[in-house]
Amino acid sequence: MTTNGRRAGSRRGEDTGFRLGTGLFAVLLITAVAGIGAALIWQSRLSIRQFGWSFWITDTWDPVSGQFGARPFIWGTLYSSILALIISTPVALGIAIYIAELSPHWLRRPLVFLTELLAAIPSIVYGLWGIFVLVPWMRTLELATPAWMKALPLFSGPPLGVGMLAAALILAVMVVPFSSSVAREVLKAVPVSQREGAYALGATRWEAIRMALFYGRTGIIGAILLGFGRALGETMAVTMVIGNNPQVSWSLYAPQYTMAAVLANEFTEAADELYLHALIEIGLVLFAITLVINVLSRLLIWSMGRPPKARHVPAATLASPEVA
Amino acid sequence: MSPWRDVRRRIVSRIFTGLCALAVLTALVPLAFVLFFVISQGISALDWHFLTQMPKPVGEPGGGMANAIVGTVMVTGIGALIAVPVGLVTGVYISEYGNTKLASMARFAADTLNGVPSIVIGVFVYGLVVLPVKHFSAFAGGVALGLMMIPIITRTTEELLKLVPSSLREGALALGASRRQAVFSVVVPAALPGILTGILLALARIAGETAPLLFTSFNNRFFSTSLGQPISTLTVQVFTYAISPYDDWHRQAWAGALVLVGIVFLCSLLSRIATARMERMTIG
Amino acid sequence: MMRTWTRFVVAAAVVAAGATLAAQTMQINGAGATFPYPIYSKWFSEYNKLHPTVQINYQSIGSGGGIRQVTNQTVFFGASDGPMTTEQLDAAPGAILHFPTVLGGVVPVYNLEGVNAELRFSGPVLADIFLGKITKWNDPAIARLNAGVNLPATDITVVHRSDGSGTNYIFVDFLSKVSPEFKKRVGVGTSVNWPAGVGGKGNEGVAGLVRQTPGAIGYVELIYALQTNISYGPVQNSAGKFVKATTASVTAAAAAAASVMPKDFRVSITNAPGDDAYPISSFTWLLLYENPKDKTQAKVMVDFVKWALTDGQRFCADLGYAPLPANVVQLEMAALQKIKL
Repeated sequence: MTTNGRRAGSRRGEDTGFRLGTGLFAVLLITAVAGIGAALIWQSRLSIRQFGWSFWITDTWDPVSGQFGARPFIWGTLYSSILALIISTPVALGIAIYIAELSPHWLRRPLVFLTELLAAIPSIVYGLWGIFVLVPWMRTLELATPAWMKALPLFSGPPLGVGMLAAALILAVMVVPFSSSVAREVLKAVPVSQREGAYALGATRWEAIRMALFYGRTGIIGAILLGFGRALGETMAVTMVIGNNPQVSWSLYAPQYTMAAVLANEFTEAADELYLHALIEIGLVLFAITLVINVLSRLLIWSMGRPPKARHVPAATLASPEVA
Repeated sequence: MSPWRDVRRRIVSRIFTGLCALAVLTALVPLAFVLFFVISQGISALDWHFLTQMPKPVGEPGGGMANAIVGTVMVTGIGALIAVPVGLVTGVYISEYGNTKLASMARFAADTLNGVPSIVIGVFVYGLVVLPVKHFSAFAGGVALGLMMIPIITRTTEELLKLVPSSLREGALALGASRRQAVFSVVVPAALPGILTGILLALARIAGETAPLLFTSFNNRFFSTSLGQPISTLTVQVFTYAISPYDDWHRQAWAGALVLVGIVFLCSLLSRIATARMERMTIG
Repeated sequence: MMRTWTRFVVAAAVVAAGATLAAQTMQINGAGATFPYPIYSKWFSEYNKLHPTVQINYQSIGSGGGIRQVTNQTVFFGASDGPMTTEQLDAAPGAILHFPTVLGGVVPVYNLEGVNAELRFSGPVLADIFLGKITKWNDPAIARLNAGVNLPATDITVVHRSDGSGTNYIFVDFLSKVSPEFKKRVGVGTSVNWPAGVGGKGNEGVAGLVRQTPGAIGYVELIYALQTNISYGPVQNSAGKFVKATTASVTAAAAAAASVMPKDFRVSITNAPGDDAYPISSFTWLLLYENPKDKTQAKVMVDFVKWALTDGQRFCADLGYAPLPANVVQLEMAALQKIKL
């Protein structure tokens, strides 16, 4: 072997070392995530064994007799998150379209900054604001609800202030910046030729935008799902305003409960083994649902293809909540 | 095509673009309300005592959150100490060996971890750290926050390393540098300002976390800098005070929220300045 | 020259003393019941003034939490408003002792516009309200107890605790004693499955909901009712008398129980005998290991409990708690000897 060859060999050795060294950290990260799943399953084994699949569909949450069912919590989590999406999606899309397509150039950066500020405000601050400002407003609104509306199942129940509506509103505010920043990226990734073609055919501004939205539809659905994933796991703000009562109800005024909230409220209090395991199983269910939603949203966003970035550092990506 | 139809199309276009502008305003209304209340309510309770004193027992007015401010800095710092090396190196691996199976698994793990609800991280760390050593501790809180921070740093690093021109790396390799040298002496330093920005943003986000700290760093009425003891943090303290029945504590909760928003705002602003400067450098 | 030198030595000594002082600061962690939190935080703060090197950090996470965390040994001591069950004691890694610290009462609070008279309640009526069987304020069962009061036909909104709590325990313990149906359908525990109503987190959450909801009824610790200026009424005791919760009537309930106090202090004093006894009263307990691992912390803790049972009791009245009867304090002083130091 020549000297040259030996040097190449040692360099290859060093490269292998580098690869193994950095790869170790990658393995560490994967182990940590797998560990979370495994630990949750192991720590909820009593409850899994005792209740099986019926855990998902049983309504009773009775620590005295040791009967645990997660349906009200799953319901509360899904219902509040879906309501939040219904409220936030038009707003988030509007913002994304405005910033990406309509706004004057000088306004773009301040607007991006302001929507990101919305994402940067800690959950607990939203919760504090919720308890002392939003909830009294909700109560006024609920008291002002006319009787014929109160007769509908959607608005039934006493005017408490805390409840599903307050939670959904707060969640919507918190989710908007997530969905809008991803949707903005998706719109940016739509080739300019698309729009130019549309204008060349005499399309109005809105028609060109609609075309871009259609072109990026999978990515946009991904963006919305990403916001959904956020809403599902949101804890503090929801705990403080949703009313914490495990019940399955359509009423927006009814106090309900979410999976994250029951963990925050009862995790340190569960005095019996089975109770604790049931709570951790709720954590497991929550983990599983968010995992599915996140995988789905990533797949959709990826299927759009990565936006072209080679030209310069896109500040928006850097500071977008998806990354940050 | 009739001219009326054209007019209608134009009107529809106006309406919808107008609605988009309205959406922006709609989102800014809650932002304005939240900031208005946090600032107006917070300022009245924010004074020197709040920043320098310990909490008083129930029923005695006054006192402050000095221990919680120090606690937030400490727990966030521990989180960063854990997350920065792991996140950075994993990011390097993913960007260097992007097409290997391990890299795509690691990328997937990072995205998954990023989506795990913070309260679930708290439950996990309670079982992992608190139960075995039988102590709520600042360290456990740091581990929980670190876990939340890792994926952010990993993905930021990966994204930014990709942006470094390949000519830089190729040049280093051509000069006889090993891959390790090329990456750590040339590529990473070139992306460093961006990575630091990402770290700053990640810090801003985890400093505002409450849920993962409830059963890990717990809370402490006293001043503590010990890693092995429970520690007070601004977020948990604000939560405790917010749901208490005492007006004076409500006042302090607002002040705590103001300090928290201030910290987060400062981090975002710093990172924004850094990003803007870097962008100018790269383009210019 | 000499003087500078002396000054230096003195300064060094002061610094060294300060350093050892800081080094010797001991922190003892505890967690549990929310109801005694106001007085505990006062006690720990006062005790810290007397002994600057001792910091007792108490976090109010609920009675269930106190039992859980002391069982897991994540805290040195626990606190609870409901005594640990025998199964819970068996599950702990060592023998746990109960030490009553103060007494409290749970009061039914209500919000009924247009009714100025104080409403009177009985155990069975409260049980039926919280079971969802009595749904109107002008129900004959309520009217019978409140002759002469013009009750409106308003719907009753039941407000209960959403979290596990000692307040829950005391309240359902009383209702289960007076209503077999309540005992069968709900039972006794720190967290129970309420058949009716809405949930508020903590005493404050319940007080807030009741205050804001016309027609609401709930239950809170006396101190929270006093602090939030919410209406609460007298409750019929086992002697048939209607008694309002005061520190005196709560102590009266304890005095009756003190004569039959079991050795481990795990005693329920709800529905206690005696004309003056308030029926929804309870001790609140500290939970300590009989053979703690950390002997230095144990010594300090025993000293603290002795102080709280004697000097500490004077802080009770200001904060709305009833002090312990003297004979209970004596029994506890003897029981403290059991802790292996």
